[in-house]
Amino acid sequence: MRGLLLTAALVVPALVAAGCGGLGSDTSGALVTMGFGLPDEHATARVAVFRAANPGVDLRISEGAFDEQQFLSAVAAGDPPDLVYAERRKLGGYAARGAVQSLESCVREHGVDLGVFREAALRQVTYSGEVYGLPEFSSVRLVIVNNPVVRAAGLDPAALSTADWAGLGEVADRLARVGGGRVERIGFDPKVPEFLPLWAKANGAELIGPDARLDDPRVVEAVRHTTDLVARQGGWASFKAFRDTFDQFGANNQYVTGQLAVMPMDSWYINTLATNSPDADVTIAPFTGRDGQVLTESGGQAWAIPKGARHPDLACRFLVTMTDTRTWVTAATARRDALAEAGRPYGGTFTANRVADERIFREVFDPRGNPILAKGVPVVMSLQDKAFALPPSPAASELVRAWEGAVNRVLVGRQSPEEAMAQAQREAERALKRVGGR
Amino acid sequence: MTVSGRESRAGLLFLLPWVIGFLAFTAGPMLFSLWLSLTHYDMLKPPAFVGLENYREALADDRVGTALWNTVFFTALHVPSQIVLALGLASLLRRAGRGSGFFRTVLYLPVMTPPVALAAMFLLLLNGQHGAVNGFLGWFGFQGPNWTTDPVWIKPGLVVMSLWTVGSTAVLYLAALTRVPVERYEAARLDGASPWRQFRHVTLPGISGTVYFTVVVNTIASLQVFTEAYAMFFGARAKQSAEGDAALFYVIHLFQEAFGSLRMGYASALAWGLFAVIAVITAVQVRLSRRYVHYEGDRS
Repeated sequence: MRGLLLTAALVVPALVAAGCGGLGSDTSGALVTMGFGLPDEHATARVAVFRAANPGVDLRISEGAFDEQQFLSAVAAGDPPDLVYAERRKLGGYAARGAVQSLESCVREHGVDLGVFREAALRQVTYSGEVYGLPEFSSVRLVIVNNPVVRAAGLDPAALSTADWAGLGEVADRLARVGGGRVERIGFDPKVPEFLPLWAKANGAELIGPDARLDDPRVVEAVRHTTDLVARQGGWASFKAFRDTFDQFGANNQYVTGQLAVMPMDSWYINTLATNSPDADVTIAPFTGRDGQVLTESGGQAWAIPKGARHPDLACRFLVTMTDTRTWVTAATARRDALAEAGRPYGGTFTANRVADERIFREVFDPRGNPILAKGVPVVMSLQDKAFALPPSPAASELVRAWEGAVNRVLVGRQSPEEAMAQAQREAERALKRVGGR
Repeated sequence: MTVSGRESRAGLLFLLPWVIGFLAFTAGPMLFSLWLSLTHYDMLKPPAFVGLENYREALADDRVGTALWNTVFFTALHVPSQIVLALGLASLLRRAGRGSGFFRTVLYLPVMTPPVALAAMFLLLLNGQHGAVNGFLGWFGFQGPNWTTDPVWIKPGLVVMSLWTVGSTAVLYLAALTRVPVERYEAARLDGASPWRQFRHVTLPGISGTVYFTVVVNTIASLQVFTEAYAMFFGARAKQSAEGDAALFYVIHLFQEAFGSLRMGYASALAWGLFAVIAVITAVQVRLSRRYVHYEGDRS
């Protein structure tokens, strides 16, 4: 019996200790990042630049996609990383909630010229007049047209425009192929609910801002227009099920197979198309508002320093280095050389640093005659400084959920656009009231 | 046989890891979440006491109603389907003879599939336009629905997917079926009982304890359904809303409030609401079990 008690006395503490988990490596002296990966030379070459300039710094890149829960838990527990890499839209919200630090002193000490950053990107990380993040990549939204499909329908790809909303419905009818409950081709995909901010802006309305209202008649009209486009091409259930079958990142993508005629898309997709199906015959054109003016929405990531970071000075040095013009050019060159070794073209690197982009496309850009890059890159470049961006809001997640939920309810026929957006506005007001913001 | 004090102390010591684990990782967090449910807490600022405001808001929240309806609807479809299919498969397995070990393994293997991989696979299988399930239905002249995009069919589609893991319940029924004494079937046959009457009056009472257990466990699991639905309709595409909220289950709504909107207090109130719902349903099941569940020997 004594042996039994002794065994219990030894085993119990051991099990408790084991249950409490293993010992993690000590990171107290290391510069730790979160949300950043090293998938290609854009990342590795820039990190190498920092390491070369700071050989004494123990930089630890915690690879993996940004996880909001992980980040906020770490901040709340007082054990945040030194740097966080996340969507700019989210960082604005974190700034509003106090989860990331102002970079004003960092920018001042390192003499960073904020003027080199694109206005829309910088606006997304600026809250109450202070900068909370330095922007990284920059994508815009444009229209990609499948030329053979459009020509076969007797239409001119170059003449297609998103300005004429009434005409767009007729274009969709001519291009779509639907029969017996099955969709064989999507004529025009409005990409809602994701692209609602773009469609609302095309009709002159904002979704976030001091005077923005989700039940604004212009927003309601944008919802009606886009959901009608889906309804006349087989309805949401069939339309979406068909779209889900696209091999979007493969050689048999929707442009090659003729499953899609026209859709607005993020600019990064041009590189995907150019790589996977360089012979796809497409027209790349700007999205236009109803007034005929070019319109696009900016997106991308940014670096920020969380509240409570252990090494804010080093973190500042890191994010300044990562977004510096020379670092970007070094990374672009490394990327081009790596692609060249594989016999592939380099379609350029679109950053939120205007000066870096100018140098990259003047000194490094190497399309190797790829027709998609030849057509698409000038369009993307022309759009970068015309982009708008959703401003930061402490209730950004709730607002996005409110309008996406509303559009979804219209798409599936549960509510009219008026009812759905009225409900979305009520939800948005409740969310904004809770956080005391706009 | 009496247990000495020394043996009792040893037993308690062996229990201690579980007790410590329970207090630290279950009871403690539960009490903390009960406190949080009475506060506004966004993880960045200290919790602010607001009394029962979160509970009042939950009662008025349209999405709570939608999520609760979706969850109860799914449970009402999933639990009977799972039990009937599992029982049918277990009955077949029992007759499998020498191959039963192989078929038992084959039946249980799908349970090992990671839930997210399962969700990704079923997004393809259930695709309404080019999915294999509708392709199969097409052989018999049926045009299948849009399982993953039509709000009417999303929950039935998820039920179909949930049957992929029916093996875990089936092996329990197989064990229960083998424990029903053969003499009872012989007696029933001598009395002229049909196969249905044998099932109704011999098999079912004989396995009623297992049926009760699987109903309770499957009901609780269904009311907490999350991973597959989130991966299919929310997670991979980082969407906050999809298909008119037809797949918005209660725990998904709770998760979105907690980690999408950083409303830990409100999410805690939702969690306690779910706890109450599960407690009530389980209590009803326990009550009913006294009438329908038969135990061998003395229950006292």
